[in-house]
Amino acid sequence: MNSIVPAAVARQPWQMLIPLFVLVGFGAAVLFSAAGGHMQPFSASHIVRFGVFLLMASIMVRFSRNFVKFAAFPAYGGVLLLLLAVEAMGAMGGGSQRWLNIGPLVLQPSELMKPVIVLVMAKFYATLPSGMIPTWRALVPAGALIAVPMGLVLVQPDLGTALAIGFGGALVMFLAGLPMRWFVGAGAAGAVLAPLAFFFGLKEYQQRRVTTFLDPENDPLGSGYHIMQSKIAIGSGGFSGKGFNEGSQSHLNYLPEPHTDFVFATMAEEWGLLGGLLVIVIFGIILRWGLQVAKRSNDRFSKLLAAGMVGTIFFYVAINLMMVMGLAPVVGIPLPFMSHGGSSMMTNMICIGTLMMVNRWNRESPRSGLSG
Amino acid sequence: MLFGKKNRPVVSTATLRNAYDRRSFVIGTMGAGVGMLLAVRMGYIAIAENEKYATEAESNRVNLSLIPPRRGWLLDRHGAPLASNRADFRVDLIPDRLTNPEKTINTLGELLGLDAAALAELKDKVGDARGFQPVEVGSGLDFSQFAAVSVRLPEMPGVVPQRGFSRFYPTGPAVGHLVGYVGPASAEEYELDRNPLLITPGYKIGKDGLEKQFEVKLRGVPGARRVEVTASGRIVRDLDTREDIQGNPIKLTIDGPLQDYAARRLGLESGSVVVMDCATGDLLCMASMPSFDPNSFSDGIGRVEYSMLSQDERVPLRNKVLKGLYPPGSTVKPMVSMAFMKEGLDPEESVFCGGGLRVGNRVFRCWKRGGHGQVNMAKGIYQSCDVYFYHFAQRIGMDPIALMARRYGMGQQFPLPVTSQFYGTVPDPKWKMEKYGQPWAAFDTVNATIGQGYMLANPLQLAVMATRLATAKEVMPRLVLDGKKPRFRDMGVSNEHELLIRQAMSDVVNGPGTAGRGRLPFDDIKIAGKTGTAQVVSLAKSDGKSGPWKYRDHGLFIFFAPFDNPRYAGAVVIEHGGGSGAAYPIARDVMTFLFDAQKGLEQLYMLEKQWGGTAQERLARKYATFAAQAGEAVAPVPRRDEEIFDRVDAEARAAAQQPVTQATDAAINRSDIGDSAPPSAPQDGADE
Repeated sequence: MNSIVPAAVARQPWQMLIPLFVLVGFGAAVLFSAAGGHMQPFSASHIVRFGVFLLMASIMVRFSRNFVKFAAFPAYGGVLLLLLAVEAMGAMGGGSQRWLNIGPLVLQPSELMKPVIVLVMAKFYATLPSGMIPTWRALVPAGALIAVPMGLVLVQPDLGTALAIGFGGALVMFLAGLPMRWFVGAGAAGAVLAPLAFFFGLKEYQQRRVTTFLDPENDPLGSGYHIMQSKIAIGSGGFSGKGFNEGSQSHLNYLPEPHTDFVFATMAEEWGLLGGLLVIVIFGIILRWGLQVAKRSNDRFSKLLAAGMVGTIFFYVAINLMMVMGLAPVVGIPLPFMSHGGSSMMTNMICIGTLMMVNRWNRESPRSGLSG
Repeated sequence: MLFGKKNRPVVSTATLRNAYDRRSFVIGTMGAGVGMLLAVRMGYIAIAENEKYATEAESNRVNLSLIPPRRGWLLDRHGAPLASNRADFRVDLIPDRLTNPEKTINTLGELLGLDAAALAELKDKVGDARGFQPVEVGSGLDFSQFAAVSVRLPEMPGVVPQRGFSRFYPTGPAVGHLVGYVGPASAEEYELDRNPLLITPGYKIGKDGLEKQFEVKLRGVPGARRVEVTASGRIVRDLDTREDIQGNPIKLTIDGPLQDYAARRLGLESGSVVVMDCATGDLLCMASMPSFDPNSFSDGIGRVEYSMLSQDERVPLRNKVLKGLYPPGSTVKPMVSMAFMKEGLDPEESVFCGGGLRVGNRVFRCWKRGGHGQVNMAKGIYQSCDVYFYHFAQRIGMDPIALMARRYGMGQQFPLPVTSQFYGTVPDPKWKMEKYGQPWAAFDTVNATIGQGYMLANPLQLAVMATRLATAKEVMPRLVLDGKKPRFRDMGVSNEHELLIRQAMSDVVNGPGTAGRGRLPFDDIKIAGKTGTAQVVSLAKSDGKSGPWKYRDHGLFIFFAPFDNPRYAGAVVIEHGGGSGAAYPIARDVMTFLFDAQKGLEQLYMLEKQWGGTAQERLARKYATFAAQAGEAVAPVPRRDEEIFDRVDAEARAAAQQPVTQATDAAINRSDIGDSAPPSAPQDGADE
């Protein structure tokens, strides 16, 4: 309080922001290397985007709780319309498409849906009377809210994003206190339906990704190539890596997508296990801070919103890292704050901005000591 | 979990908050668990499996390409190459690396002297090419062009001058059958020998002849080039290079200039010349013509050229020395005489030749219808009287003759490094019974004694026979010089008999014999020989001297020289030459060349003027004509004109200076032989 640092600066959540800056900076360094030792085309735009979206986040921080609550359903509806617009564009363009070109901006509405689904679910359960929680009224509207965007994204087809949306929504449902047996039941049903979905629901290339994930050596030059090369990159890095700008897997193009989905492999090749642990620990710090924000907040909406945002970032990180280490099929999910790409940066910065916003709400109206 | 065992669970804000706290703790713990799992997994990949993945990353990064080894040379007995390697300079373009394609290509065109059409084609090719696939600008460049391009490399990125080696046979067709050729390994050859070298681009293995026989020795050890490559195969930089080790050279007994001379002297005929060293059995020459040019085979023979060769009725693809089987005709008569004497026949005993002899119910005619009159053994040989042999062969019987034929090398397979040799037939009663189930008849003996009927031999066997007649030793032919002087068993022929046969064979040429025009143009060196004519079809179909080529008689001649102290012996066989008159002039000129190269060459030049050029030139012209008929444009083969390679053609021998004198004891000091020989009789005529 009596510091020489201005209060407006001092009250920022530096315990999260500093690790985040480190992570983004590290990401920029890796992208510098992935571009063959140049700031262009990846590294510079990565930092610029982060700056732009950080600005966006700091504006978000100023939103009031009531405004956010009020905006939840309109935002959901808006993004849903954008998703429909993508479908319509795709149908007219004679092929599937995930992007909307709005002037110079390339917008991927399915990315926006990830934080928005959390927002709308938090709003839904915050307004739902507690007594209705164990009834169908808690489940059916929420299920519909999740199913519609998931369905739209699935037909794009984009399995990874659809799963992320489903995960965010389900997480909020879980934390909202829906009866446990529903989740157990859904898990059991999922176990039964997964094979059916695999054989009848997935496209052939998606099926192949799954089978390849189970046995990558079986098809080293086909779809197993990505997983093999990624593991080679990580494994050849060893404890401390080959050195900055020395990664052969990424520099000689053996590693597919060294700047987006496989950026972690690019990093691990040059920085080794130490770099990998640093990234994992930083994500741990950021996510733990997010959970604390959720825990400290004193209303149901804020809690669910913050926790859902944490879950969304977590889903990105966990699936991406599992994919590059050969623990999950290749689903095309980038690593937050490190992968090059505007849509992913935007989504994750919306999540971070939301968490900072909830953090501000907490600070400005501390929860009462009585409400346990 | 959630209170809920009752029908109506009581849910309040407090219970929900409570549930949230528990569940978020579970979620947080699971998240931390996933984080731990990822950290452990990463540790496992990066530490425990580090070695495996480091190796795989390295094998990704580094591309090992083999550098084909330079093939060992095939040397003639004096150390001059019959097969060598030519530095092959080429220039490639890598389109992806060109900064200014237009300018680079124009500069290259200037340096390499490409014309406008070639430039336009090159530009098209570069335009169509994708990525890092090199485009050939030129190959077979000479060193000055190559150097000019190399010097200007810094200003022309994407231009890759390369240096390779291709097999080169200086005398071309003259050694085609003997040496064979090289070519890319076929799938079957790779099945047999799973050496990655075999599928390296640019590597060629021996496909025939000595090249095939000595493949392993000639091969050498490939070099290797380690380069760093991208996933798409683009070379980023060279890491290191190991030089290749050239294959071992093989020194043959062949006398290169003699081989060239003999091949050229065969001229338009289809036939073969074999010359052996009497003392060592060294094969000095094994010429077989017409032949193919192993240079064009080794460069990858065109479809048109191959069809020209395979359609030729003179079978240029067959090595006639080893795989041509001919009835030896009268050339067996000295050998048969040896059998007679061994069985106790007095060489002075004579028979009257009236032009034929009745055997059973059939009259066998002597070649000379008018008859030879009274004929003893010597006259039987030099006049080649058939009746003499008809008569005494019936008295002696077939078995001693067959036995003697085998001792003189007929029917024999020699331990030579050749891909195959046909060894012919020495018929005897047992053989006929086995083969045809018929008893031996008197007329079979009569046929066999004049080398007709079932009897078949290849020219190498005839040369061995001549050598053994000349030396009375069981000389074995050999093809590879090993520095040792071989020793041969004695044939067990008395000196008296040996001299008698030699004298009779000398009289064939130098006396009143059948090959009077076969004399050598030297006073002091006399050649001895025996003519032979082998009928191909019955006299009813052709007289053997005219008419369709393939019905004409084969002409044969076996010889040795000097007759009184034989050093060289050999055989000449001319397919469908119309009689021995086609054969012995060639033997005469070949021996002339051996003793006096200049004199031999003068004779050859005269003949080549009539024939229209050397064998190589004629082959090239023939190919051009053939290709024109086949409707294909043929680019002229660039002449290879390095002087170093001109040492094995006939002219090199005649040149005053021998560039390399690795003379063996069999080599001859040519400066003191026969400068004062009488003019030769150059006409080729049939005397029989």
